[in-house]
Amino acid sequence: MYSKYIGLLGNASIYYVFMATVIIIHMEDRDMKNKFGIKEVVAIGIGTALFVALTEVQIPLGFIPNTALQPRAALLAFLAAVFGPIVGGVVGLLGHALGDALFYGSIWWSWVFPEAVFGVAVGLFAKKFAIKDGGFDAKNIVLFNIVQVVANAVAWILVAPVLDIVIYAEPANKVFAQGAWAFLGNIIIAGILGSLIAVGYSKIGGKSSSLSKED
Amino acid sequence: MKPIIEFKNFTFKYRSQKEPTIKDINLAIYPGEKVLIVGPSGSGKSTLANCINGLVPFFYKGEIEGTYTISGQNPEDLGIFGLSKIVGTVLQDTDGQFIGLTVAEDIAFALENDKVPQPEMFDRVAKTARLVEVQTLLDHAPGALSGGQKQRVSMAGVMINHVDILLFDEPLANLDPATGKHAIELIDEIHRTDNTTIVIIEHRLEDALTCGADRIVVVGNGGIVADMSPDELMATNILEEQGIREPLYVTALKHAGCRITEESIPSDIRRMHLDAYQAPVNAWFQQTMIAKPMPDHEVILEVNGLNFAYQPGKPVLQDISFQIHKGEMLSIVGKNGAGKSTLSNLICGFLTADSGSITLHGEDLLPWSIKERGEKIGLVMQNPNQMISKPMIYDEVALGLKVRNVPPAEIEKRVHETLKICGLYPFRNWPISALSYGQKKRVTIASILVMNPDIIILDEPTAGQDYRHYTEIMEFLKELNRVSGITIIMITHDMHLMLEYTDRVLVIADGRLLADKRPSEVLTDEELTQKAYLKKTSLYDLAVRCDITPPSDFVECFITYEQQNNRKVKETK
Amino acid sequence: MSRVLSYEEKDTWIHRLSGVTKLIFFLLWSITSMITYDTRVLLVMLFLSLVIFAMSKTKWKQVGTVFKFIMLFLCINLIAIFFFSPGQGSKIYGTETPLWHLFGPYTITKEQLFYEFNVMLKYLTVIPAVFMFIVTTNPSEFAASMNKVGIHYNIGYAVAIALRYIPDVQDDFTKIKHAQEARGIEMSRKASLTNRVKSIAAIIFPLVFSSMERIDVVSNAMELRGFGKHKKRTWYSAKPFKRNDYLTLAFTILFTIIAFLITFRDGSRFYNPFI
Repeated sequence: MYSKYIGLLGNASIYYVFMATVIIIHMEDRDMKNKFGIKEVVAIGIGTALFVALTEVQIPLGFIPNTALQPRAALLAFLAAVFGPIVGGVVGLLGHALGDALFYGSIWWSWVFPEAVFGVAVGLFAKKFAIKDGGFDAKNIVLFNIVQVVANAVAWILVAPVLDIVIYAEPANKVFAQGAWAFLGNIIIAGILGSLIAVGYSKIGGKSSSLSKED
Repeated sequence: MKPIIEFKNFTFKYRSQKEPTIKDINLAIYPGEKVLIVGPSGSGKSTLANCINGLVPFFYKGEIEGTYTISGQNPEDLGIFGLSKIVGTVLQDTDGQFIGLTVAEDIAFALENDKVPQPEMFDRVAKTARLVEVQTLLDHAPGALSGGQKQRVSMAGVMINHVDILLFDEPLANLDPATGKHAIELIDEIHRTDNTTIVIIEHRLEDALTCGADRIVVVGNGGIVADMSPDELMATNILEEQGIREPLYVTALKHAGCRITEESIPSDIRRMHLDAYQAPVNAWFQQTMIAKPMPDHEVILEVNGLNFAYQPGKPVLQDISFQIHKGEMLSIVGKNGAGKSTLSNLICGFLTADSGSITLHGEDLLPWSIKERGEKIGLVMQNPNQMISKPMIYDEVALGLKVRNVPPAEIEKRVHETLKICGLYPFRNWPISALSYGQKKRVTIASILVMNPDIIILDEPTAGQDYRHYTEIMEFLKELNRVSGITIIMITHDMHLMLEYTDRVLVIADGRLLADKRPSEVLTDEELTQKAYLKKTSLYDLAVRCDITPPSDFVECFITYEQQNNRKVKETK
Repeated sequence: MSRVLSYEEKDTWIHRLSGVTKLIFFLLWSITSMITYDTRVLLVMLFLSLVIFAMSKTKWKQVGTVFKFIMLFLCINLIAIFFFSPGQGSKIYGTETPLWHLFGPYTITKEQLFYEFNVMLKYLTVIPAVFMFIVTTNPSEFAASMNKVGIHYNIGYAVAIALRYIPDVQDDFTKIKHAQEARGIEMSRKASLTNRVKSIAAIIFPLVFSSMERIDVVSNAMELRGFGKHKKRTWYSAKPFKRNDYLTLAFTILFTIIAFLITFRDGSRFYNPFI
């Protein structure tokens, strides 16, 4: 019955998104029992606090009024890349919902879930990035950026608009334009700031065995 | 009696390290004892503490050799949760340990995890809160508490389980001296009433000894260097050799040529038998020339009638006026939350005063932006990790110049010069991660110095550092002050620092400037120290008990002697 | 006027309700208002929202700033919908009743106005619920509530930690920002985009890295006090259920069912006055 209103997408894609969400939630459930330790709980807590605190920190683009890059998107990419999919997903979900509620007094659920999807997607590659072990080299920077672009695309060009349409019956062209816009902003900020934080942290956390003093 | 904590030929090596951190130690602590563990950074004393509370090996993995028991049981059988019922740990970082949203919740945390029903929790929280005198604060958030109150909540949080052993990890590190004294007294009271075994890890030995201890264990280089009574230890030179600060009166007695004996009770200046020492102390006092205070140079910074309030009707600073002279080294002291940081925020332009003026070289700073002020007045934060934003040392120091568009050639020249001054030049191409805490601190100082400011303000420059690192940083700052003539303002509650490294102290209490005096005068003034949450120095007690007047002159004598001594040591090196 | 919504202690029957009740109410209320496009249901919900809001004795100064912001956002959204899709209303309701022709493809129709009116209602029914929830629920109780509605206590406690450390992180942010500004880092709009990102990085770097250290300390502290020992835990600040909680829950569930029945009675979630 929705197909009438959706225009661009048929029923199949909506089912696809819901299935994906269900699978992700299921996965988190399973992992929860295995390796969800205190450190992850605290990482979610402090990560969410950071995400919420950065809600109001924005970098105005300047050339288009009332548009801004959101550094919190870079933070989420970084946290997910360090702590994995569960921390990434939950920080995205809680951070976005709490931040919206506390600062803007309304929770826009159709944009909360994509944030979680993004966190999970980036987090799935946490082991590969090896940020904590100091292994975040050029190759991993490229991988990190490919992952973040794809994850942002899934989250903001696919999930967010589809949820907007399904939940709020908003016009398709409007929500896809908004999604594309968010996608652009987030890939820029996650690409620059996210990579910078990851490289910096990797260097700080990494080993430095072959150093010698110079005169 | 069987020991409650016992290590036998115990060795521990962290998984990530090649060498063991604790090597073949033997240690027994008996029920109801109060033991101090002292040792410089990196000696292994924190690892030893972590072995007692179970963080090693359950959180920090590694290899254990030898045996150890806690309360007669093998910790590996107890697990970290089993241990938490026996050992209660109060961490140094009170903000990190305060997990609950309110005082009551934080105290109840361990009970919640133990599935204790709510009515019982209410009851036990109320009782334990009374023990540490926080019963009126139960619904307060951590943001509304002082450092000392947070620490007492932390104590309640571990005492609620009726633990047999209380382990304190540097309980004095973040407290002003008076609050620290109160904390030590409270620990002593718990010790006496509950007969709890107390283990305190602390490098501020003199303050930790205020209420006495049964034994002091000195840890050095992974092993136990000494394990004896405080009186016995004071009669040796072990502390000095290990780079741990002796109580000041002990150092003074040694300067005066006294041979300290165990029988004279040297661990407590109030009870110590001084009869044999009075004559040499007096003689030493007579022969040491007191250095005259430096003549005043021109005024560089002048604060006049400053008032500030975050909310109308609740003034944080009231009518503050003082002058700072070029090339001075001075400290701003006062209780936590007395307005010290607010004052430095006003000087740096982060906040704007409600009335009054701040002038630099006679020019009103009001119209200056934060950035403009930053070029003349540099601020070094307490935690270097909150300042460092580049992974490489060179880039971090160059940052302030780069954003001001200084030409690259000049940046390089100035950065290299500054790195040389700060002793960091050999490390210039290193990542900051390879540096120690003290070196990081120097990087943050270098990143400010590179802009050639007239004044540099340091917030708690020595917090969390042992005596050796403390001396290193302070000697560096002093040298910097002497060579470049830069004016140095330090916000601190470290009494040693103000006594030994500053010429003048501004005492702030309850938003007012109480005194502007020499440190020796401040720290021998009963009323003033009380108002500012400081403590009288033990040199005062020594002077009074040796009939030396005024005691402040005796303190001056000590400082002068130390400075001359330091110079001699340097020259012979 | 406060810029951020926060809990304020008052003595009303809403404040006295258990956090669990309010959380369930809040979630069901949000879901209902998300799903339904039935104007009658939305109007009833709006009316009830306002009644509840008034009963919670919330003062304008607690929520004013945030409310103004939402109104601005709502207006922008409504205008955007019109400009992106002036025919959305007709597409939904199947008829087209032009009122005024503006320019090009832009004609205001009755259907579009009605559709956007419904969008606005959806917003307005949720806002008082969010306000009411945040302003009347003690944050201490929030974690307990999440746990009680079936969410694992790990997540519940993560939320508690987040609420605990938000003020600390904000303080750290301000301190670091000041120190970096003094070093010459500028946030001005005049700088180029790359430079602005770099400036933000100079603040976020130290903030993130010192927070990573804090994660270690807090984990240690929790470990040492037995967090995660059992599969369940109790909560000091959980509020027991009372009569009013049962009544509220019963009402909420009943209302949700009725709302859904009315909404979907004709097979579509839109109430269509045009046929």
